[in-house]
Amino acid sequence: MNFEHILYSVDSGVALLSLNRPSALNSFNEAMHLEVQQALKATLKDERVRVLVLTGEGRGFCAGQDLSDRNVDPTAESPDLGLSIERFYNPLIKQLQAFPMPVICAVNGVAAGAGANIPLACDLVIAARSAKFIQAFCKIGLIPDSGGTWFLPRLVGMARAKQLALLGEPLMAEKALEWGMIYRVVDDQDLREEALTLARHLATQPTKGLAYIKRALNQSFDHDFSTQLDLERDLQRMAGQTQDYREGVKAFMEKRPAEFKGE
Amino acid sequence: MTNKNYKTLVVSDVDEGVQLVRLNRPEALNALTTGLLAELSKVMDAAEASDDIRVVVLTGSAKAFAAGADINEMAERDLVGMLNDPRQQYWQRITRFPKPIIAAVNGYCLGGGCELAMHADILIAGSDAQFGQPEINLGIMPGAGGTQRLLKAVGKSLTMQMVLTGQPIQARQAKEAGLISEITQPELTVSRALAIGKVIASKGSLAVRLAKEAILKGMDTDLATGLRFERYAFTVLAGTQDREEGIAAFKEKRRPHFIGR
Repeated sequence: MNFEHILYSVDSGVALLSLNRPSALNSFNEAMHLEVQQALKATLKDERVRVLVLTGEGRGFCAGQDLSDRNVDPTAESPDLGLSIERFYNPLIKQLQAFPMPVICAVNGVAAGAGANIPLACDLVIAARSAKFIQAFCKIGLIPDSGGTWFLPRLVGMARAKQLALLGEPLMAEKALEWGMIYRVVDDQDLREEALTLARHLATQPTKGLAYIKRALNQSFDHDFSTQLDLERDLQRMAGQTQDYREGVKAFMEKRPAEFKGE
Repeated sequence: MTNKNYKTLVVSDVDEGVQLVRLNRPEALNALTTGLLAELSKVMDAAEASDDIRVVVLTGSAKAFAAGADINEMAERDLVGMLNDPRQQYWQRITRFPKPIIAAVNGYCLGGGCELAMHADILIAGSDAQFGQPEINLGIMPGAGGTQRLLKAVGKSLTMQMVLTGQPIQARQAKEAGLISEITQPELTVSRALAIGKVIASKGSLAVRLAKEAILKGMDTDLATGLRFERYAFTVLAGTQDREEGIAAFKEKRRPHFIGR
């Protein structure tokens, strides 16, 4: 598929979606949003794909909203910033969370504004050592959107969430790792390959089972204990009906590696 | 093993007293044509007459329970055509159905689809379901209970908001507001509805029927009338063998064997 603002390819069960407006630190304009939507739709339809990797081209991962695209004119009537959130960011965040396969985010550089929170909606975040996360919203009078106020307290605790959101100071990749916000930090030049290696591994795993796992974990924050136990029961019921479960048990009994098909 | 005589429905074999009826117009998100409602009425006739069927589960596809009425069909009807609308009798057929109907809703449940779902006695939905009455967007309004059953289920404010803006609500809000009784994982909606249906089907059918009637009575009469009806229905059951069996089985700590008499 040909896109102008993103790169998209599928190989060995892995869909690689790379934000590609490097001159604008991959910040989102409407056209890029639409292309991302289209690519995610294609990913869902493509039966070969069992893992999604999200990354960025150039030195940054994503600088959030392209402010020049929003036509912010301080002298004009106040804009409704909720519109683009309603139309683009919230659906994207919800879709990434609910994506029926693992989503890896390879944060290759600066991740600011919405760009700092999109990775948090993914399942496994690997960051380049030089990457930094900046909740830049407070610097221009806004609040962390794209799930920022939801993800941050859950990942790093309220005190650190407030520090990040109220001060807008950059959080370096190593610190983000120490705080439990991301999964791994690797040297800059190794990032893409490390992310793809992990993705290729996951692409051989029981995709449906993995999707149920992320669903259960994501929903745990909304549920009380007994509701979550009910959810586990229901998802396990569904997992038990997959072909991969049969294969997993069979391979275990036969003492051989399982060959999962994601079905 | 399904009945092939229907164009717009897939009617499954009865399993433990429960019949599953699936709306099947995937090309139009199960939009409710007059033909579909006519077929549904036929299914209801057969289900009412059959002693094997105790409960009907009504569902659509993973994407849509039903996304509304058939707009093209409706557009062809003028004022006189609307007055003589044959659909009215089909809606009443469903209303008159004496056995429990469970709607298992996934995806879009809009307009006539939402109204159809509200004809059911119990509504459960997948977490991705959305309910709405978007008629206002077409310069019309709900015409099969969308202003009435919705009002009784969720109250005035939310009904007004939904009917006047045409904007849908999500499953979670529908649950909070009382429109539906349960939310499940979308993949399990139908099996959960069947499971509830089987529980109901295992009860005494006379008690189920009268309890359903009493609850529906309560929805459109004053409390005193409703209580009086309830008492009469309760009294009627005192003359049944199922009541004797139910109480005996409870005392003897065994499962009752109901016969519907």
